[in-house]
Amino acid sequence: MLVCACSIFAIVAFIFWILVLRSNLSLAEFGWKFFTRSAWDPVAGDFGALPFIFGTLATSLLALLMAVPLALGVAIFVTELCPKVLRAPISFLTELLAAIPSVVYGLWGVFVLVPLMRDVIGPFLSKTLGWTGFFEGPNFGVGLFTASIILSIMILPIISSLTRDIMLAVPNSQREGVLALGATRWEMIRVGVLRNSRIGIVGAIMLGLGRALGETMAVTMVIGNHPNISKSLFAPANTLASVIAGEFSEATGDLYLSALIEIGLALFLVTIVVNAIARLMVWAVTRGAPVGAA
Amino acid sequence: MSTQPIPIPPARPGPMNLQSRGMRINTARRTITNHIVSGLAILATLVVLAPLAAILFYLVYKGASSLNLAFFTHVPAPVGETGGGMANSILGSGVILFVASLMGIPVGIAAGVYLAEFGRGKMLANAMRFTADVLNGVPSIVMGIAIYSLVVMPQKHFSALAGGIVLAIMMIPTVTRTTEEMLSTVPRAIREAALGLGVPKWRTVLSVSLRTASPGIITGCMLAFARVAGETAPLLFTAFGNQFWSFKLNEPIAALPLQIFVYAISPYDEWHRLAWAGSLVLIVLIMVSVTLVRIYANRGVLKGGS
Repeated sequence: MLVCACSIFAIVAFIFWILVLRSNLSLAEFGWKFFTRSAWDPVAGDFGALPFIFGTLATSLLALLMAVPLALGVAIFVTELCPKVLRAPISFLTELLAAIPSVVYGLWGVFVLVPLMRDVIGPFLSKTLGWTGFFEGPNFGVGLFTASIILSIMILPIISSLTRDIMLAVPNSQREGVLALGATRWEMIRVGVLRNSRIGIVGAIMLGLGRALGETMAVTMVIGNHPNISKSLFAPANTLASVIAGEFSEATGDLYLSALIEIGLALFLVTIVVNAIARLMVWAVTRGAPVGAA
Repeated sequence: MSTQPIPIPPARPGPMNLQSRGMRINTARRTITNHIVSGLAILATLVVLAPLAAILFYLVYKGASSLNLAFFTHVPAPVGETGGGMANSILGSGVILFVASLMGIPVGIAAGVYLAEFGRGKMLANAMRFTADVLNGVPSIVMGIAIYSLVVMPQKHFSALAGGIVLAIMMIPTVTRTTEEMLSTVPRAIREAALGLGVPKWRTVLSVSLRTASPGIITGCMLAFARVAGETAPLLFTAFGNQFWSFKLNEPIAALPLQIFVYAISPYDEWHRLAWAGSLVLIVLIMVSVTLVRIYANRGVLKGGS
């Protein structure tokens, strides 16, 4: 039993070790500059991860921007507003959203969302918001913005179901206390529930971020896979995860392969840190939960 | 969800007390805010459920017409020919998942048993629990390249075994955590009764705790299974995919999610059709297992423990 339990440590250590070992070549060649250079030229053997870091951050943050308000809305609706009968079905449906495999999101994205972006949403955005400079340039349907939309749909269920659990962990006496002071329902939610669970909610959001950072298939299929840094959200881009998926099996040459593995190593470390912080935050809130609340 | 306070108009001379007027307006503002927020929450829920409905609708609409006997019995047709199926992918997924379950589930359950029965309150167990949760969040593509470096590179060829190992590693944290949670719902009194009869600890764990919690543990395994069944990214560089029948663990093997990916990004309409059909099959499999788990969990078998 102990051996099996320790295998969890072993797995993490092992992944780290093998990634460091195999990215040795690129680590030695580029050092820390790898993460600040924007060159990505397999032919010349010149590699830098900046465009992918940009793509990952841009898509993840945009996805959070779209997903967080919606997820909070769902959590508030499910825990505080909706009739008891609807509570279970709605939670179930949002969790189904989490069960859909990434590749199916990608398929749907390619054949439904991309044409929609190209023909309807994109032109509308560039007409109304074109002056901001974020929606300029040719719109192919694939690109940063489309990837962000898909990502936001994918991380929504994680954020909303965790937020729901955290909000349910707030004791009812708290709600009753605020209501008894004459608060409206929203004031009760804001003062009594949200304020008490904010650390946990931030944790839930960070867990969503962790998922968004590492999401691969759906993003690869709709982001356009081009390593550039552009202000326009219509521009095709690439993320850390999607460049690995797209180029790993075609990588010729040891340096190319090792550069891709180094990107994987970076992704591994970043997601571990983000997840660790997020877990600690969620634990801090739900540990004292009343029995049977979650 | 910021709220615009309605400006309070300047006081006008009149019989009405200024303060009560302000209070009344304040109350009105609070009520309106309350309604607006409630409305927004309902709207958010609808917006969230819309993509789910859209995805399911498209899957059925585009996929159902392509599902026929050939889909389940034939290998993919060469480019340009119509027909063909994904039989080898479905079988390949089965092989990979079988290998993964064989390795991942026993290790995961054993780790969960340790956490719940032997490690209660120990620092080491807490650290393990934490690591398992963190491991759960590591992107699957990273797992994929790690196993590629570990298994595929030395062997110099892709293999079903490598695919199975990746998925096994991804199953372990989920299985561990659910096993632990299920075991901790088993009442102490039952354990104490067994121990009181002089049954050794290991026997108590096996015959009493595990048996009591077994429905929940099976549920957890099914959840982990459903989760990895749709994984594509880690299989890209391990199982790799195959256009033909293959049963050997030592050779590249087809997998349903992989095949969907390949077909989806291909330029052929015929392949797109198959991708939709394959997705429909995949999603039905996953949803059925998730729904079963859910129904079972709600039955109170799992809740009954505490």
